[in-house]
Amino acid sequence: MSIAAILISTIFVNNYVLAQFLGICPFLGVSNKMETAAGMGIAVTFVVTLSSIITYFIQKYILVTMGLQYLQTIVFILVIAALVQFVEIVLKKISPTLYNALGVYLPLITTNCVVLGVAILNIKEGYDLLQTTFNGIGASVGFTLALILISGIREKLELADIPEALKGFPIALIAAGLMSIAFLGFNGLV
Amino acid sequence: MKLSKIFKNGIINDNPIFVQLIGMCSTLAVTTNVTNSLAMGLAVIAVLVGSNFVISLLRHVIPDKIRIPAFVVVIATFVTIIEMFMKAYAQPIYQALGIFLPLIVVNCIILARAEAFAFKNGIIPSIADGLAVGFGYTIALVILGSIREIFGAGTFLGKTLFGANFQPAGIFVAPAGAFIVLGLLIGVFNFVRNKKASSEV
Repeated sequence: MSIAAILISTIFVNNYVLAQFLGICPFLGVSNKMETAAGMGIAVTFVVTLSSIITYFIQKYILVTMGLQYLQTIVFILVIAALVQFVEIVLKKISPTLYNALGVYLPLITTNCVVLGVAILNIKEGYDLLQTTFNGIGASVGFTLALILISGIREKLELADIPEALKGFPIALIAAGLMSIAFLGFNGLV
Repeated sequence: MKLSKIFKNGIINDNPIFVQLIGMCSTLAVTTNVTNSLAMGLAVIAVLVGSNFVISLLRHVIPDKIRIPAFVVVIATFVTIIEMFMKAYAQPIYQALGIFLPLIVVNCIILARAEAFAFKNGIIPSIADGLAVGFGYTIALVILGSIREIFGAGTFLGKTLFGANFQPAGIFVAPAGAFIVLGLLIGVFNFVRNKKASSEV
């Protein structure tokens, strides 16, 4: 697949959040305010892109050469955990405001399925280094796009008159469903 | 804590999907039909019981500071075992669940139970807690899977339910259907709970 096709596919057609259900927890958890959503998007973009590249090298030069492919899940999750820790330390130093706003969701990037999902899918699809990198970028841009869109909707929903039982999470899920239908319109682009 | 209370908490009061709202990714993704929902539920129960057991066993050995990485390694080990097991004995299910099988590692439910329960309680209660929360998860998955399969494909466990003229509503098995059905289900769950709470006052 060409780079452009990968980018369009991961951002719009097969959006990792709205079509493949990866990264739903932060998608619903930090999408109350647009500002935090954008911050989360940036942090995830960084982690996903970097972890895609690192796991590519680990898979190719360590796991395959030593015949240890069955350790893939364990090794990948440890690499991702270390990377998230690193981002946390850097962010604490550079932007304490963003660090505080992201709060508990920052360490939770480790358990964000997008990160591990993209790493595993890259290997499954047999992407080379360039394709891996752009798949990582596309996935996280798609994630950020979905996150920012839903946070905009949820800011408006705060003021809407919603039945008591649907307030908060349920209505956010329904809104996400409607967004997913809208994204179906991109089908056939790739 | 009494075992019956652990079960009631895991399945109803603290149901991971309907009340705690965690572990959403796999819930939304695999519930296109009942078979996949059941298989995913069983896989999660196995991992949850295994990891709760081992973590409870090691709760005095694991240092507090590095407990999260330790938990993750234990969980990842069990997930790898289940994955290999399914690959060997249940190839079609393995294919259907696809990437969501290794992704059980990052299912928040399992880490949450390790942190909130297994690390603080004995072995027997921890196993019971794993079973209970696992059942709660499976029940939620099967309910969601049933609704989506019945309306979206007109079948239940692969058997055709309606006559040949039935037009299934494809939206239910599409990604959008997952979001909307789950949103409405949680809404119904909240409604019933609020009503019960207000009638008790």
